[in-house]
Amino acid sequence: MNDTFRAGGAASLDLAIAAKDYHAGDAPPARALEDLRLTLPAGQAGALVGPSGCGKTTLLRLIAGLDKDFVGTIALPEHGRLGMVFQEPRLLPWRSVHDNIAIAAPQAREEEIAGLVEQLSLAEHAAHFPQELSLGIARRVALARALAIKPDLLLLDEPLVSLDAALARDLREMIARLIDERRITTLIVTHDLREAIALADRIFLLSPRPAHVVATLDVATPRRLMTKETAERLEAQAHAALEAGRR
Amino acid sequence: MIRLLSLAALLLLWQIGAYFSDPRRLPGPLLVFEAIYEEAISGALFFNLAITLARVAAAFALAMSLGAAIGYLMGRNRLADRLLDPWLIALLNLPALVVIVLAYVWAGLTEVAAIGAVALNKLPNAVVVVREGARALDPQLEDMAQVFRFSRAARLKHLVLPQLAPYLAAATRSGLSLVWKIVLIVELLGRSNGVGFEINMAFQLFDMKLLLAYALPFIALMLCVENFLVQPIERHVSRWRRGVARPRDRG
Repeated sequence: MNDTFRAGGAASLDLAIAAKDYHAGDAPPARALEDLRLTLPAGQAGALVGPSGCGKTTLLRLIAGLDKDFVGTIALPEHGRLGMVFQEPRLLPWRSVHDNIAIAAPQAREEEIAGLVEQLSLAEHAAHFPQELSLGIARRVALARALAIKPDLLLLDEPLVSLDAALARDLREMIARLIDERRITTLIVTHDLREAIALADRIFLLSPRPAHVVATLDVATPRRLMTKETAERLEAQAHAALEAGRR
Repeated sequence: MIRLLSLAALLLLWQIGAYFSDPRRLPGPLLVFEAIYEEAISGALFFNLAITLARVAAAFALAMSLGAAIGYLMGRNRLADRLLDPWLIALLNLPALVVIVLAYVWAGLTEVAAIGAVALNKLPNAVVVVREGARALDPQLEDMAQVFRFSRAARLKHLVLPQLAPYLAAATRSGLSLVWKIVLIVELLGRSNGVGFEINMAFQLFDMKLLLAYALPFIALMLCVENFLVQPIERHVSRWRRGVARPRDRG
């Protein structure tokens, strides 16, 4: 039995997943998530960090409503408008950058789309087709598309994966700035602790499969004032918690 | 230029063949063009071409719209696919002539029977091609559309039709060539006008000049449809594919 509902109030995103099984062919179902609970206050950014294949993306798909086969409850923000940046940008290859944003957000005014295009440094690519873009730019387009719908909850699935170090840094700074400015409740999936510390207010550390939250770390805000020592201490704490989760 | 040269070579071969043959069996190009001119002046050529073209258009539109809808349903719904697949195999293997004769026997020598029979012959081909297209729809884009709450109309317009476009173009191309050939048979067997009917009359009278005078303009007309309608539409819907390959990440 599952239930996804939209609720107002302080608890912006509230998950209580009792069980989520993974079915593959004729093999017996494998448990992907078990007794996983987390709460993310409104306007905060959370990061899901865990070992590869632990079920982070599975959890994101449940929240996005792409998979309804689970036992538990998911309470979404009040209007439940979801914006999502998938690991692969998933742009419409036959439409331009501008159209990809506009089609996903038919209510958005032209000035709003132009503003987003400008803010994400996409102006020179607005008329390009997705196959003419590098992965880094395509991710920015996907981010612009997600922001164009004015989401109550923004889901980012490994937004920096497969980018080289300089591009990843640029995009990380861009995401951090947008999250801070817009105060959108955001959930980021990542396997990289430093990325989580740089982007999130709250980090949820997941165990290997079946995944559950082994520890929740609150990151001091504003993040830009965080000292290197604090970041290193957080990282060490998180590593210890993840290690304990593995055992 | 090469195409024109090739065409000129064909005309030359035809002229040489006609020179060594009985003109009643193989009239030369000039005699045939003269017959085309006479039929055009009398108005009969344009009338019959228009009638045949209208039948081609009606049968093609019917077969493509029904075939696309059924193909999409079979490609997306396993139960529909299993239910309709035996019918599809039967139709694919049913000779065109059987369908035409049955249609004329059951519905009489009417326009509805003629167009229905042609459409039924083309239908399974459209279904098979569009079913493959529907099976190949990208599930990742479906997920994206679901998350961003695309309306039904937006999904159809922005997701489904662009992905089906190459399959629809292939079905259109193969369908047009099939439909116009079958239309001529339908006209030959049970209509009192059209290019097929005129070709049958010419055959009965052993008038090869008249036969070619109807066959050649019709071939030319279908080539025009292919070159000036089908290909430009195909180029338009696939223009995004001509973009450069994804560049390396450079910011």
